[in-house]
Amino acid sequence: MSAATGTIEAVTPAPRSKRFSESFSILRNGKSVVGLSILGFFTLLAIIGPWIAPYDPSAIDLEARNSPPSPTHWLGTTHMGQDILSQIIIGARDVMFVGFVAGIIGTALAVLVGVTSGYIKGGGSEALSALANVFLVIPGLPLIIIITSNFDDPNMMLIATVLAITGWAWGARVLRAQTMSLRNRDFVQAARANGEPLWRIIGVEMLPNLMAVIASSFVGTVTAAILTQTTLAFVGVTPISQWNWGTILFWAQSQNAFPDRWWWYLPAGLCIALVGMGLALVNFGIDEYVNPRLRSAGKRARALRKKGFTQADATAVVAAGTIAPIRADEAADALDDDAPRVETGA
Amino acid sequence: MTTLEFSHVSRSYKVRGAGTLKALDDVSFTLVSGKTIALVGQSGSGKSTIAKILTQLESASSGSILLDGKPIPRRGRALRAYRQSVRMVFQDPYASLNPYHSIRHHLERPLRLHRVVPKREIDSEVARLLERVKLDPALADRSPHELSGGQRQRVAIARALASRPSLLIADEPVSMLDVSIRLGVLNLLAELQRESNLGVLYITHDLATARHFSDEIMVLNRGVVVERGPADRVILEPEHEYTRRLRDASPNPDTLFGASTGTRREEAGE
Amino acid sequence: MRFFLRRAAFYLFTLWAAITINFFLPRMMKGDPITAYLARNQGTVSPEAIESLKILFGLNTERSLWQQYIDYWGLLLSGDLGRSLSKGLAPVSEVIADALPWTLGLVGIATLISFFVGTSVGTYIGWKRGSKAEFLVPVTTFLSTVPYFWLGLIMIAVFSTTLGWFPASHAYDKTVQPGFNWEFISNVIYHGTLPALTIVITSLGGWILGMRNMMITVLDEDYITVAQAKGLSPRNVVVHYAARNAVLPQLSSFALSLGFIVGGTLIMEMIFSYPGLGLRLFEATLAKDYPLMQGIFLVITLSVLVANIIADMAYAALDPRTRQEEAL
Repeated sequence: MSAATGTIEAVTPAPRSKRFSESFSILRNGKSVVGLSILGFFTLLAIIGPWIAPYDPSAIDLEARNSPPSPTHWLGTTHMGQDILSQIIIGARDVMFVGFVAGIIGTALAVLVGVTSGYIKGGGSEALSALANVFLVIPGLPLIIIITSNFDDPNMMLIATVLAITGWAWGARVLRAQTMSLRNRDFVQAARANGEPLWRIIGVEMLPNLMAVIASSFVGTVTAAILTQTTLAFVGVTPISQWNWGTILFWAQSQNAFPDRWWWYLPAGLCIALVGMGLALVNFGIDEYVNPRLRSAGKRARALRKKGFTQADATAVVAAGTIAPIRADEAADALDDDAPRVETGA
Repeated sequence: MTTLEFSHVSRSYKVRGAGTLKALDDVSFTLVSGKTIALVGQSGSGKSTIAKILTQLESASSGSILLDGKPIPRRGRALRAYRQSVRMVFQDPYASLNPYHSIRHHLERPLRLHRVVPKREIDSEVARLLERVKLDPALADRSPHELSGGQRQRVAIARALASRPSLLIADEPVSMLDVSIRLGVLNLLAELQRESNLGVLYITHDLATARHFSDEIMVLNRGVVVERGPADRVILEPEHEYTRRLRDASPNPDTLFGASTGTRREEAGE
Repeated sequence: MRFFLRRAAFYLFTLWAAITINFFLPRMMKGDPITAYLARNQGTVSPEAIESLKILFGLNTERSLWQQYIDYWGLLLSGDLGRSLSKGLAPVSEVIADALPWTLGLVGIATLISFFVGTSVGTYIGWKRGSKAEFLVPVTTFLSTVPYFWLGLIMIAVFSTTLGWFPASHAYDKTVQPGFNWEFISNVIYHGTLPALTIVITSLGGWILGMRNMMITVLDEDYITVAQAKGLSPRNVVVHYAARNAVLPQLSSFALSLGFIVGGTLIMEMIFSYPGLGLRLFEATLAKDYPLMQGIFLVITLSVLVANIIADMAYAALDPRTRQEEAL
């Protein structure tokens, strides 16, 4: 009660850099770091690919057909003597480009429709929601196949756009739900009572609170886009003149490379899986950042088990006095790091 | 001298599958500079609805609201001026500040929106506001989660005062704070009111503080004003049954051991 | 009641939208294979077939667009989806009717297996946090990032070509007579194992992870502690309190993911030459058989819509809160 009336509390100002790194703490999560490294590697590959690929991926060398990995061809050759390693390196560009562009366009659409329909009320909101739901129900792959088969030589931009148009709806739905729950929070009401213009309420006050969901939606869209695109290439719907990992598999399959010529079909599939894994790891990192319980769930349970909670149970209910008390520092380790530091006194 | 007349205001909501809910039924009162009116009632009585209507976060179904004799503006520059003049302190200190922005941001926004001071003076004005609510100006660069509940609520009060309003709506400003610090925050509010001659609507469910801090008390039950009058009179000699029940529900030292009913003293085991 | 009406209105709207998109699809496409086809096969096409093809493809340009639209609806409501150009002008509805059961069977069974196994495993992992079973999470997640067609090909390579355990294609041996006898059914199961297994393996990771995360969140809630304090057995708490609440978001994502699941199954069918809609769509695309492509697209959309409706009803039955206000 001493601070009640007259005294002003003296507080040491928090260093600016600390707040900055807090907002990027998402990146310090172990899983995110690994995931981002994988993605960084493949992005780098996509950018510098043409310079480091040992051969032209389409170059035919009838002398070296169907040969397994060797010093001259690290990943072996195709039925026409083309170097598979080069195909993988060059193929990275298409995959990463289409994936990320589709992710950007799709997420932009999702934010536009989702946040707007979550914030406004009434008929407009319902209409936008219905729009998203329609796109969600209409099966994407058949639609993409039908649309792209219509064009003779679709370029990457077009494919990315079509993928974005069929894939934005999921994120929009999630964003709508989040925005609706955010809209009723007091600080949004306070901003409205301040007289903030609409664009500031959505852009400055609400958007940062939605970032985790948006990031997660972006990662999901990129994953789906990459899988779909390689599938399209594999099926032969997108032109086989452009190299991407799906095209490699297309040729592998049509030339009966399975099961013998493993060097032809294994690397491409593994690369797709690796990129997907990287994206999934980043998503995990975001999940754990948003829901701190997930972060330490396993750690906490193991720490408790060491203390004598023999039932690995949903909630451990134990008679008092049967276990050694947990020391304060152990408890601090096991619990979430995120609890706000509450200073005593007003 | 500012006057806000809330006249015969009703507010109904349509509830899916259950008809209409009348949150407010013919409520009237007048807010005047320099005076505090307490609005007392339990959860669901309609207190927050009144606050929302006053800050134009919602609109009334019927009735009129006049500011200095003129109907309150609904849009444009006049609405902006209204928002400068009538401000709210929200109930939940853990929810009314945006977790992503610094304290400075929260205080700057009303200063900029309502052009309270020229740009070059904004930083010093922020510091001045924090000092007014008895907080160290160095807190300006912290985030809300680094502050305690009591500190956050003081920031919320500073935010409300930033635009130099004439009327303040305090929606249960201390109900979510630790009991030990409530008095401190309420005393601060009282002091600020005296300094700036504010008209305050103090919304609460706590009769004791209502009596302590306000000149007049209004008791709200299910959207209807069941009693109103000078604070002391309403507490000590309630006329309406509901008010009596409210008073009896909270242990009030004055009535337990004081002048009124002898029966209470016996129940207390003396 | 209002809730159901609103959902019904939404589904009707989606149905209308899908059919309208279907109406515009061929009109947006380049070229006019129908006229060319008709020109080539002048005498062999019946007048009704010509008429219905024209309506479907907007070749009756003497009528206004609106009138074409009406005709299109009339055609659909009479069950006529046109004639398949690549299947000797057999009615599209027939071709689809032959292929649909195979797709439904494969998708249905594989998805249900995946959902139930995944949800159960996720429940267990979420319940026994930090246990050894946690390794399943990264393993299945990795499997879910593997492109399913690739996995399918590898499964064929390993289990069919190399080990010879399972057949690599078709739904049943040509030598077996279709019918309700054990020989046929066991043959179908035998042929369906690899494709179904591939689908299950790739989709398992998502269900496990989702359920695990929800379980962890739900188990932290106070009502779980109360249930335990009341003295309920752990199994009771996990199944009737925790899992029951955690499974709700799973159900709604199940409904939403049906569109994606269908896409994956189509690819499976192409690889395994499984005689379902996916294979027919693939063949139709190659042959530029627009009537068949259109018809399959429509049927797939309708199936996903119906599945969504069923999932929605299941969700509403399980979660009382949805029956109140949906959107505020």
